[in-house]
Amino acid sequence: MTLPLFFFYVFSAIAVASALMVISARNPIHAVLFLILVFFNAAGLFMLAGAEFLALMLIVVYVGAVMVLFLFVVMMLDVDFASLRQGFLQYAPIGVIVGAVLLLELLMLAGSFVVSPEVTASAVLPMDGVDNMRAIGQVLYTRYVFLFLGAAAVLLVAMIGAIVLTLQHKSNVKRQDPVKQVGRRPSETLEIVKVKSGQGL
Amino acid sequence: MGLGIGLGHYLTVAAILFTLGVFGIFINRKNIIVILMSVELILLAVNLNLVAFSAQLNDLQGQIFALLILTVAAAEAAIGLAILVIFYRNRGSIAVEDVNTMKG
Repeated sequence: MTLPLFFFYVFSAIAVASALMVISARNPIHAVLFLILVFFNAAGLFMLAGAEFLALMLIVVYVGAVMVLFLFVVMMLDVDFASLRQGFLQYAPIGVIVGAVLLLELLMLAGSFVVSPEVTASAVLPMDGVDNMRAIGQVLYTRYVFLFLGAAAVLLVAMIGAIVLTLQHKSNVKRQDPVKQVGRRPSETLEIVKVKSGQGL
Repeated sequence: MGLGIGLGHYLTVAAILFTLGVFGIFINRKNIIVILMSVELILLAVNLNLVAFSAQLNDLQGQIFALLILTVAAAEAAIGLAILVIFYRNRGSIAVEDVNTMKG
């Protein structure tokens, strides 16, 4: 057994075990933490496949942003998770049937997969001799610039959507109104009173 | 890929992760947070397949597509959690069977 193969088995075993814990954990916070473990091990698998950029992206973006968002929401919502587990095994039989059929089909496909040499020879973007990040950088902003901009647009729409959905205006909170502030005139707000000396107001 | 790791290895791991994601949706029918996490697992399995084929075929295209899937998955998680937060604010619960007011 070569060292990469050993690490492949380690990463995939931990990933599968953690994925099992994600769907069966009693506490959702534990589920999120196990999902983070799955992503870390998947990053290791990406690294073994030579996709270094995606591996780092998975850790930085996915674990750093998306999973922390999950953790934040789970902690913010004060939900009685015990009641949500009622009937946990109610749908398990049909889930087992569907999952078993799906896994069987996928494994049959994976076991009998043969890539014809013509497909390998006609790679659209062959990556020979240049390291992974340089190769991605060379095509992402040139050949795939529209897909890149599309992804940016998707993220922008998602950001605006999330802000619009969760923004709430409370009536009992004082807020600045810039239009009102700029539109103030001295004549409306300032009153000059002549005070005679020695009398006061 | 080489070094003893074949395409079949990656496809097997991805198939198991995908199935666990689908199974997680079935057994956590009431808890929408775990359902969202199961969707993340499914998307991760798809990404694993794309990267494995990219390495096997010596073609960078698969990694570009995996990057785009990562973007869409992040957007989906953000929107889904935002909807979850406003739903909890309105109803005080996130049980899936309570989401029956969106008829039509």
